[in-house]
Amino acid sequence: MKPTLIAAALAGFLASPALADWPATLAAARGQTVYWNAWGGDERTNAFIAWVGEETERLYGVKVAQTKLTDTAEAVTRVLSEKAAGQDNGGSVDLIWINGPNFLAMKEQGLLHGPFAADLPNAKYLDLSETSPSAVDFTVPVEGMESAWRLAKFVFNYDSARVDAPPTTMAGFADWAAAHPGRFTHPDPSNFMGATFLKQALIELAPDPAVLQQPVTDDAFAATAAPLWAWYDTLRPNLWRQGESFPANESVQTQLLNDGEIDMAMSFDPASTAAQIKAGLLPDSVRVFVPEDGSIGNVSFVAIPYNAAHKEGAEVVANFLLEPATQARMQNIEVLGSFSVLDPAKLDDTAKAAFAALPGALALPALTDLGPTLMEPHASWMTRLTEEWARRYTK
Amino acid sequence: MGAALHQVTTTGQDGRWLRGAVLAALLAGFVAPIAAGLWQTGRAAFGILPAIGARAPSLDAWHGLLAVPGLATAVRHSLVTGLCATILSLAIALGFSAVVHARMTAIQSARALAPFLAVPHAAMAIGLAFLLSPSGWIARAMAPLAGWEAPPGIASVNDALGLSLTLGLVVKELPFLLLVILAALTQIPVTRQMAAGRALGYGHGIVWAKVILPQVWPLIRLPVLVVLAYSLSVVDMAMILGPTNPPTLAVLLTRLFFAPDIQMLLPASAGALLQLGLVVLSFTGLLLAEATARHVGRWWLRRGGRGLSSEPILATMTALALILAALGALAILTLFLWSVAWRWPWPLLLPESWSMRAWMSAQSGFGRALSATLILAFATTALSLILAIAWLEGEDRYGGKRAGWAEALIYLPLLVPQIAFLFGLNLLFLKAGLTGGIGAAIWAQVLFVFPYVMITLSDPWRALDPRLDQAAAALGAGPWRRLFRIKLPVLLAPLATAAAIGVAVSVAQYLPTLFMGAGRIATLTTEAVTLSSASDRRITAVYASLQAALPFLAYSLAIALPAFLHRHRRDLRGGA
Amino acid sequence: MSLDLAGVTVRLRHGAALFPPLTLSVAAGEVVTVMGPSGIGKSMLLDALGGHLPRRFEMTGQVLLNGCDVTARPAEARRIGMLFQDAVLFPHLSVGDNLAFGLSQTVRGRAARLARIAAALDQAGLAGMEGRDPATLSGGQRARAALMRTLLADPLALLLDEPFSKLDAGLKEDMRRFTFAHIRDRGIPALMVTHDPVDAQAAAGPVIEMTGP
Repeated sequence: MKPTLIAAALAGFLASPALADWPATLAAARGQTVYWNAWGGDERTNAFIAWVGEETERLYGVKVAQTKLTDTAEAVTRVLSEKAAGQDNGGSVDLIWINGPNFLAMKEQGLLHGPFAADLPNAKYLDLSETSPSAVDFTVPVEGMESAWRLAKFVFNYDSARVDAPPTTMAGFADWAAAHPGRFTHPDPSNFMGATFLKQALIELAPDPAVLQQPVTDDAFAATAAPLWAWYDTLRPNLWRQGESFPANESVQTQLLNDGEIDMAMSFDPASTAAQIKAGLLPDSVRVFVPEDGSIGNVSFVAIPYNAAHKEGAEVVANFLLEPATQARMQNIEVLGSFSVLDPAKLDDTAKAAFAALPGALALPALTDLGPTLMEPHASWMTRLTEEWARRYTK
Repeated sequence: MGAALHQVTTTGQDGRWLRGAVLAALLAGFVAPIAAGLWQTGRAAFGILPAIGARAPSLDAWHGLLAVPGLATAVRHSLVTGLCATILSLAIALGFSAVVHARMTAIQSARALAPFLAVPHAAMAIGLAFLLSPSGWIARAMAPLAGWEAPPGIASVNDALGLSLTLGLVVKELPFLLLVILAALTQIPVTRQMAAGRALGYGHGIVWAKVILPQVWPLIRLPVLVVLAYSLSVVDMAMILGPTNPPTLAVLLTRLFFAPDIQMLLPASAGALLQLGLVVLSFTGLLLAEATARHVGRWWLRRGGRGLSSEPILATMTALALILAALGALAILTLFLWSVAWRWPWPLLLPESWSMRAWMSAQSGFGRALSATLILAFATTALSLILAIAWLEGEDRYGGKRAGWAEALIYLPLLVPQIAFLFGLNLLFLKAGLTGGIGAAIWAQVLFVFPYVMITLSDPWRALDPRLDQAAAALGAGPWRRLFRIKLPVLLAPLATAAAIGVAVSVAQYLPTLFMGAGRIATLTTEAVTLSSASDRRITAVYASLQAALPFLAYSLAIALPAFLHRHRRDLRGGA
Repeated sequence: MSLDLAGVTVRLRHGAALFPPLTLSVAAGEVVTVMGPSGIGKSMLLDALGGHLPRRFEMTGQVLLNGCDVTARPAEARRIGMLFQDAVLFPHLSVGDNLAFGLSQTVRGRAARLARIAAALDQAGLAGMEGRDPATLSGGQRARAALMRTLLADPLALLLDEPFSKLDAGLKEDMRRFTFAHIRDRGIPALMVTHDPVDAQAAAGPVIEMTGP
């Protein structure tokens, strides 16, 4: 390496105050307990978070206590209530597993601490260029207010013992359901996963998908969503329970697949099917598929509320989540099976080898099987979409 | 002799002090926070919630609420399920008690009811969902007969009519009403009145309806109102068994309160007032029905008709009660089976493979939740018992005069829908910097535990022979010695029962723990409800089993402990 | 020892007196019998003297024990023993512990207390029954145990509320003799309420007929 480059790198290094302060952050974090508010519906994720806590305590003296949420919005409400009550310090939430509308709400309300993400030492393994999935959350620029920790990509799964050929396009779902009435459903669109199903269809069916990257307008919505509603009107009567009721979330839907009440389900984690088979939660015959044109992908983040009592500890945890070893463990199908957010190009050989050595599984798709990643529409589309869905189909 | 005797206060003043202290605690701890919570909710409903920048009074919140899709249906769901569940439970309980009263002692029936009372609503709902769903146990048993290869496409849970929710509520509320009715019956000379009525040519069921019920009703009116308020505003059970699109009003409001768009807090607050309105409306309806029934009943009574045999109705109610009991028992059994299953696919009646892994892997998790639950249960029950004893003892020392209005206040937390004041209360607590601690959670739970402890303890306490106290006083025992050496030991069995009920109520609390514990206090119930939205039914089953086992253990102790301690005391045996 | 009533009457709070003011003096060892129709307030009179009056009633007049005014004292500080129709033994305590509950605290030391209780049981023909469940005693045994429990508290006066009315005819005679003998021996002033003229005869003291106001 040329000396000038080293100097430049060094200068860049020193220019970042937080990085320069990292030892100070570590020192301040020691002894803290980080209350990590995270959706508690997945026992493997809970176990992983518990493991993270053990490691950060061992390495940095930072304990992690998971506050299990039924819905991430609970944490948002909590921080908001604290702000309302004038509790600007010592808040009860230190770290939130967050993305999309919840992030947008907190960012707009000034409820977040930061920017901090780019200053974490392990941010060097991330691709933080402007359009990278780690820098844009549902088209909302992250701007360092949250830090990536796991990759989510929308996939379907089906029981191959009962289904020969799953649909290859979103449009194809209507035909499949007509041929197999009552054997497919999606989570309630008030839930993230149900909304994503509608968004996935919207992207495929929209006359001009480009408008989805802009904030929604009445005209754009009417024009863009019209084909979606036409499609959905033919699909709905053939859904499970005639489309009159829907599973509350993807987990309940997974149960339905396991119970044989439906033949297909969906997930935001390509590895979850293999993981659930291993955990005895799905039959061995379940396989993953994505529509030909690709599927929506996004990154899950962690954010720190502006009034968190243990900001330093929270940063240490956020940084630990980006360690290549942590990410490799996370991607391990036997642990969590959630794809890494790190940029493979930025990893050193040891890290690459760690990822290469991970065990595989029949139901675990290779990255190449997953097709192109479609960008999330602007967050305002999702709100509009779920509102309109509720207006149309909730009587 | 006796020269050293002197006296500072009379017992009356002592009692006044004790009662004053309890009343002050009640006002400051119960009434004020609920009123303040309602006030905050009410302000938000009319546009004032400075936290989100809403400062000007307006009706926008109500417009927003009316614009929520399916609001009318949600209200209808709440009313239909709440009213049907209450009326059904009451009818079955009244019919069944007519039959069971003659065959079982109050203690025997209390023991039979204990397991059903012990199981928290959430655990029962989870179990019933396992049992009733199209892929559940009942459908699996019927599959070979009906020729189902795949689970049938019928909505047997989360149905749009709310039938499964109604069923779940009846399974839980029926034992409570039965217990209350059987307790009320001990205060009425049923056997003699029944004999007198039958001697006049009236059938068993007609005497029951014309003579016994009018005497029972005033004694059970309050518990029936509690059941009605609860059924109209239940959240956890409705989330698991109720209609989904739209859900009941209470679930809809919970969704709005926790929606990502925080502006929804305003319509949610308006909805909370609407929920309160529904409860008030239903109360009024019930009391009007009571007045009507009184008139019609008298006319019916004066006609003197011996009427048709009522036995078929009683037999139907009995059969329904037994079916419901069987469903409840099967639900708990499936909970336990799922917790030790590995794979249990359709259409197998028993798991295909077994595993203790759910118990093992959840260990670190449920250990913490279990200890938090135990601490909360112990603290809230102890506090509630102390408060109840202080209240009743104050009443005794003050000369047995009961303050009716103050007593009615005790039941306030059970009559006002939780959702109507918890959000406002949460804001209030945050301002006072009290949230997030175990103390706040204990306080919030005591709000609901104390009334049940009072309901359980006050009747046996007031029924205690006053001469025991007088005899002890005549022997020179002061008020405290009489309390600790005579009254409390003699009342050990009812005290133990009250404690067990306290534990059961504490273990079952969901919303108060969630709000006041800032989500940091993970109990078996908060974890079970969280996990019920997760895919691993086996782990959900572990939590739900534990959640059901804990109160059950408390009831068993409440029966076994006094029986053991009083095994050589004939007059106290079987006094529950 | 003496028990003096000075113008004692009982009234409902803010209401009329139940019976005309009563003034009398009971000497040591004497048993004064109060008779009168049902509902006149005889039991209420005893409750008033013992300090057990329910709150909705109030007493006027004075109660003097050995010349000392005890009217303002609570029941436990009056040292006025009470015997009821039923024995009212504490159901959760053994016979011995019932007596121990009554036994004055001036008797100190475990052995001394046990000896006193054993002696009292012996006197009552209940020797060796310390460990018995009161519920297993016969009616007469229970009545004697209750009397012993009361006497062990060293009362300065004794109130008897129809003490023999629930006993069998044969037992009544024994129990009267037993009770009155103890009262005379110890020189305790006693006031007895009864319907039974035989009780009054056996008490061999003054008889007061109560009449309405």
